[in-house]
Amino acid sequence: MGGVEPMNVSYGKLMMWFFLISDTFTFSALLVTYGLIRYSYPSWDPAIYGEVFKFSNLYWPTPEKVYNSLPFLHGIDLPLIFVGIMTFILIFSSVTMVLAVEAGHRMDRKDVDKYMLWTILGGLTFLGSQAWEWSHFIHGTEQGTVINEIINGQTIQRTIFGANLVENQYGPPAFADLFFFITGFHGTHVLSGVVLNVLIFYRSATGLYERRGHYEMVEKVGLYWHFVDLVWVFVFTFFYLV
Amino acid sequence: MADNTHNHEGHGGTEIPKASTAIIWRTFIILSVITAFEFTLAFFMKAGGLRTSIFVGMTLVKAFYIVGEFMHLKHEVKSLIWAITIPVLFIVWLLIALMTEGGSIFELR
Repeated sequence: MGGVEPMNVSYGKLMMWFFLISDTFTFSALLVTYGLIRYSYPSWDPAIYGEVFKFSNLYWPTPEKVYNSLPFLHGIDLPLIFVGIMTFILIFSSVTMVLAVEAGHRMDRKDVDKYMLWTILGGLTFLGSQAWEWSHFIHGTEQGTVINEIINGQTIQRTIFGANLVENQYGPPAFADLFFFITGFHGTHVLSGVVLNVLIFYRSATGLYERRGHYEMVEKVGLYWHFVDLVWVFVFTFFYLV
Repeated sequence: MADNTHNHEGHGGTEIPKASTAIIWRTFIILSVITAFEFTLAFFMKAGGLRTSIFVGMTLVKAFYIVGEFMHLKHEVKSLIWAITIPVLFIVWLLIALMTEGGSIFELR
């Protein structure tokens, strides 16, 4: 222990681990905040709010009623299918990343290039899916949600479509705020991960790592990429399933 | 670094060892099966404390496989494993503290 490589990992890898720990705290803070606000609101209860679920800012929305659309399949109720596909895309891109790291250990440049390209493709597909998800969330459903507002002592009915940071048709304002913050922060991580992956691919394809004699950069960026996947696993559970 | 560069100069001629990817694919299958199972539960089980605990449990299992196998932490030295896992306990504390707080806001609303 100690010396040039404390804990038996190189300086770069160790620092990546410590960065990831600090990033873990940031994401946990966001997710725990979600938990705090989620539990300070009532859930939908058929006995109180009526047998058929509808959006209302009185209670927290049930996720499978909000996220139930798929591109090109307009108007069909497909709860959580799209987000499930996104989960598989990200897990699979994590697998291609380990395969790239494994190929790096064998000094196999062709395989590293191949698997890095698959990983980049997975990341871009995920980002595209998320862009669609956001756009759908912001534009809302065709019917919207009718709310009653009291302005200057008069009750006024108004229909809200979709979501922004101030109000949304799905539930309390905090619901959309947390959606934008948490999935947005994760999406930003995916974006920077894709940028790093492209850089690594370029440097591997131009033979820099082969000349250097090792593919450790692939491992370091791999750690980051797996972390992004790990965060999504938690976002998926706490945001979409629970 | 300079030595390394020299050693691999003639690398093109040497045989590249075969890939050993069995563990990677096994981990992938485990992750996929757990995710698929979570989906089934989301549709066929009534929402409640039990379902939430199962979800949390399975998420932690997935986290174990991603961090342990994909991020290779399982095969690092013990001091690194502890240096990474012990700080996570702070999150558990934050979670318990703020969930209690959320429940109390709910009572007061």
